[in-house]
Amino acid sequence: MRLYAVVAAGQFRRYATYRTATAAGVFTNTVFGFILAYTYVALWDERPQLGGYDMSQALSYVWLGQALLMTCSMMGGGFEDELIERIRTGDVAVDLYRPADLQLWWLAGDLGRAAFHLLGRGIVPMLVGSLAFELALPSSAGIWLAFLVSVALGVVVSFAIRYLVALSAFWLLDGAGMAQMAWLAGMFFSGMLLPLTLFPGVLGEVARVLPWSSLLQVPVDVFLGKYPGWELLRAYAFQAGWALALLLVGRMVQSVATRRVVVQGG
Amino acid sequence: MAGTAGGPRPEDWPEAVFAQRPRFVEGVRAYGLIAMMWLRSTMAYRASFAMTAFGNFAATAFDFVAITLMFSHVDRLGGYTLPEIALLYGVSGTAFGLADLLLGSMDRLGRRVRDGTLDTLLVRPVPVLAQVAADRFALRRLGRVLQGVLVLGYALVVLDIAWTPLKVAMVPLMLLSGAAIFGALFVAGAAFQFIAQDAAQVQNAFTYGGNTLLQYPPSIFAKDLVRGVTFVVPLAFANWLPALYVLGREYPLDLPDWVAFLSPVVAVLFWLPAGLAWRSGLRAYRSTGS
Repeated sequence: MRLYAVVAAGQFRRYATYRTATAAGVFTNTVFGFILAYTYVALWDERPQLGGYDMSQALSYVWLGQALLMTCSMMGGGFEDELIERIRTGDVAVDLYRPADLQLWWLAGDLGRAAFHLLGRGIVPMLVGSLAFELALPSSAGIWLAFLVSVALGVVVSFAIRYLVALSAFWLLDGAGMAQMAWLAGMFFSGMLLPLTLFPGVLGEVARVLPWSSLLQVPVDVFLGKYPGWELLRAYAFQAGWALALLLVGRMVQSVATRRVVVQGG
Repeated sequence: MAGTAGGPRPEDWPEAVFAQRPRFVEGVRAYGLIAMMWLRSTMAYRASFAMTAFGNFAATAFDFVAITLMFSHVDRLGGYTLPEIALLYGVSGTAFGLADLLLGSMDRLGRRVRDGTLDTLLVRPVPVLAQVAADRFALRRLGRVLQGVLVLGYALVVLDIAWTPLKVAMVPLMLLSGAAIFGALFVAGAAFQFIAQDAAQVQNAFTYGGNTLLQYPPSIFAKDLVRGVTFVVPLAFANWLPALYVLGREYPLDLPDWVAFLSPVVAVLFWLPAGLAWRSGLRAYRSTGS
């Protein structure tokens, strides 16, 4: 357990060293936050209460999306490129020798990365957004806490998906295509483009039960108090269920893949 | 010539070819040769190329999907109909796509400054700007252009425009000026990376952010923001003003009618500070030594 804590802390520190890049990223998130916020204002001006959100809730949605974009890796950009590269070059064989579990090792690292991005890339856009627009911020500490738990679960789901993407490199060798497909799905089905409650008919229903909704839609709804009381457990169960299922699949794929590596001799 | 037959490798470039031509021609020629080289290398993995080109197409198409999803709930956004917004979107998307295809690699400059590989480019007898711009030339970015053209085509078919010769001329004019304006933005952004090496994202905020901004009508944005992209960073000349002329709609900020025709002038003028910034960035460059 201590090992994984060290790995997580290491990744946190690693991302924390890129200060200019973080500042530049915050700038970009803020610019996009403004552009999207204005389009949402135009949309909710026409249709107040669209998708079950009022104007301030819709604007909160925009800024939370920018704040969580890197944390939940909606557009990819975490450990997966590195792992794909290690698989392609065969360096992953060295990782398999280590007295640590491959999946947990990368999960710990990704949690460290996500924690840094939540602080480094999340807080400032949220602050700017709340100064420039009227956002629906939770008044109780309990909801803030519940939100953080939901974000953490979202990060695990995001990790589990990207881990599967990375493992595909064992078969495809060039993981770029898969990474891009996953990135597109994440962008579309997380609710980053538009709240999933605005997706029409069956598309909306399907989008809401897919794992990607754990990345943004569910945490935002927790933030906006859409899950009162015991309802919250239902939201958590949804996220945790996907997290466990995808982690298990990842584990199975991993064992098949590693047997393959041994056969090939790395 | 090396460029057509045997595959241009840097060591094959005869110095004399570049030495006796005007610098601009020299740069364009070098750009072509380097781009061809990267093109051939990408085509070695055709399946990967097809996938990433499709990915580029799909990723940008999602923006328009989001807009159509919005229009499944409303008839107008900021007073504009879907076909009208499609015109704004198509012009901006195509112009930006062209600039991105030609100069999109320039956001890698910061990395080159950091790891010292920019030095290699400095010793070659070819303009550095051409080398940086053509570096890793990615034809897959055509996916973005294609998507913009398709949406533009849809808008032009569906819209009921009272065409005049001037309006017809405005269509190619705004695409080219728009591409030039975005291009200048790429060069200015790269110049900024000489100073802030880690800040490729700031450049993206202006390029990709500018593109996203222009996809929506000016009526939905705050006045100060519209002023900023008209008079400070002249993005409004890339599509808002000329496209609103074609649509016959009122301009933002009560600008007079004729400003729509300034787009090519603005594009040329915008290249001056961008070019100067690039030159001074390059002059001030000190290698990391690694």
